[in-house]
Amino acid sequence: MKLRTDQSLIAKWIKKSSRVLDLGCGTGALLANLQEKQNVSGYGIEIDGSNIIKCIESGVNVIQTDLDAGLSQFDNNTFDYVIMTQTLQAIYYPEKLLTEMTRVGNEAIVTFPNMAHWRCRLQMALGGHMPKSKTLPYEWYNTPNIHLCSLDDFENLCAKKNIEIIERATVDHAHQISFGMNIFPNLLGEVAIYRFRSK
Amino acid sequence: MQNSLPQNNIGLVKPSKVHFDDKLLLASGSSLNGFELVYESYGELNADRSNAILICHALSGDHHVAGYHSLEDKKPGWWDNAIGPNKVIDTNKFFVVCPNNIGGCGGSTGPLTTNPDTNEIYGPNFPLVTVKDWVKTQTMLADHLGIDVWAVIIGGSLGGMQCMEWAITYPNRLKNTFVIAAAPKLSTQNIAFNEVARQVIRSDRNFDEGYYYKNNNKPIHGLMQARMLGHITYLSDDALDEKFGRQLRDGGIKFGYDVEFQIESYLRYQGRSFVDRFDANSYLLITKVLDYFDPAAETNGDLAKAMSPATAEFLVISFSSDWRFSPARSVEIVGALLEKNKKVSYLEIQSKEGHDSFLKEIPIYHQAMKTALDRIDMEIIA
Repeated sequence: MKLRTDQSLIAKWIKKSSRVLDLGCGTGALLANLQEKQNVSGYGIEIDGSNIIKCIESGVNVIQTDLDAGLSQFDNNTFDYVIMTQTLQAIYYPEKLLTEMTRVGNEAIVTFPNMAHWRCRLQMALGGHMPKSKTLPYEWYNTPNIHLCSLDDFENLCAKKNIEIIERATVDHAHQISFGMNIFPNLLGEVAIYRFRSK
Repeated sequence: MQNSLPQNNIGLVKPSKVHFDDKLLLASGSSLNGFELVYESYGELNADRSNAILICHALSGDHHVAGYHSLEDKKPGWWDNAIGPNKVIDTNKFFVVCPNNIGGCGGSTGPLTTNPDTNEIYGPNFPLVTVKDWVKTQTMLADHLGIDVWAVIIGGSLGGMQCMEWAITYPNRLKNTFVIAAAPKLSTQNIAFNEVARQVIRSDRNFDEGYYYKNNNKPIHGLMQARMLGHITYLSDDALDEKFGRQLRDGGIKFGYDVEFQIESYLRYQGRSFVDRFDANSYLLITKVLDYFDPAAETNGDLAKAMSPATAEFLVISFSSDWRFSPARSVEIVGALLEKNKKVSYLEIQSKEGHDSFLKEIPIYHQAMKTALDRIDMEIIA
């Protein structure tokens, strides 16, 4: 299965043979890839039944759980990495879940769509409507994305929660990395990728 | 009588029987001086004996899991919707075995058998057995069939408890297990229901301390009521409501104690047909097997520690409306496996049919098992 760019970037950050928990793992593509290429072991957490069947099909161990119920079934520091790609914005209590991720994992990795990307800003400022894009294709009334934020917002929350950011990357809608993005990530980055841990 | 069997079915099947001469020492300290297991098997065992699946039956099940015994049979085996050629558990690919457990009444040694030591029917003197004892006899059947390692062991409800016992006690003898609608032990409420069922049977005036068979009799009312009670707990409130609601059999209330509501008629029918096929002493005994199961009892209540010898890959499945063995009970099993870094996947199926869901043909449930079995089959062929 082909990985999205944010997922392939993450794959580069993951050390060989580490233990990984993938929250909202979807069809299990990332874990299947990590298992096959990097000898990683671990579990996916997913709520959707048909996605779970895809995980079983690709040999990914998957647990059906609602992430909003927390990660109480896992002990502290059970995993080297707890990953959550493109899911943070759809969680009821992102603040609590981020803390849970740093409790269960030595390190945590999230990716989310950046609401302060210039296209979003233009749509709000000039169009006067909620932003829509390839990474945010929904209308305001049917979006599962209830907690959208910008890179700055996320970093402010981390500071407040005593979370140390270890690494940051951004990619555009085609999931490419450009030079400008490194200088103005909050303006030019469309998808944010963070690696962090508790201080 | 039907002239031909339905399509997409394994067809006519025959049970087999194997006798073990050895003395079987039981967990209780009692023993059986030899015993017999009746079992059915479908499909072909491959050359390296790596495609065998064991099915473990639940309280009222037996070895007849798929197909028909004769053209006169009204119903096929109890899990025919899942087992057969091109079905979820595909008999074209796998060699499927299901024994009747000892203490039951399907033909394996149990209360209806003659005790070779006394030449009398065991009846109420049949020793109480445990899931551990059952699994031990199943290993002997595996030896007899030349199966060192099961590709998969599958069981629902009490069958799921046997799967857990296999994984804990004989980790080298199975590669995968599907633990369906199970629990790591009965809840207090579960034991309470079982006790009511037992008391109802034992207080039937024909029970005769368990010697009812001597007078060619049966505790019909007791067993029937026990089954009626059990049946209510296997279904959900919603399922009963949807199926029967408050429908009246004859259109109006008659102000009497005969059957008025459809649910009454249904329960009586279920109870009566159960009496025809099940022995009361077996029912009493198997409810005790359920009550006793508690692998964590040997590890000071630490289920994760109890599960730690397991090496099999687990697929744990629960059903949203099952209140007898609720999803929370399956989550306990999953939690213990996660704590010990075991290979496990877990799925909670949305269903209205209560505990009985595990016997139903629910698309996503069957699809999950089929997907897992396709993978297992690929590994066998590779």
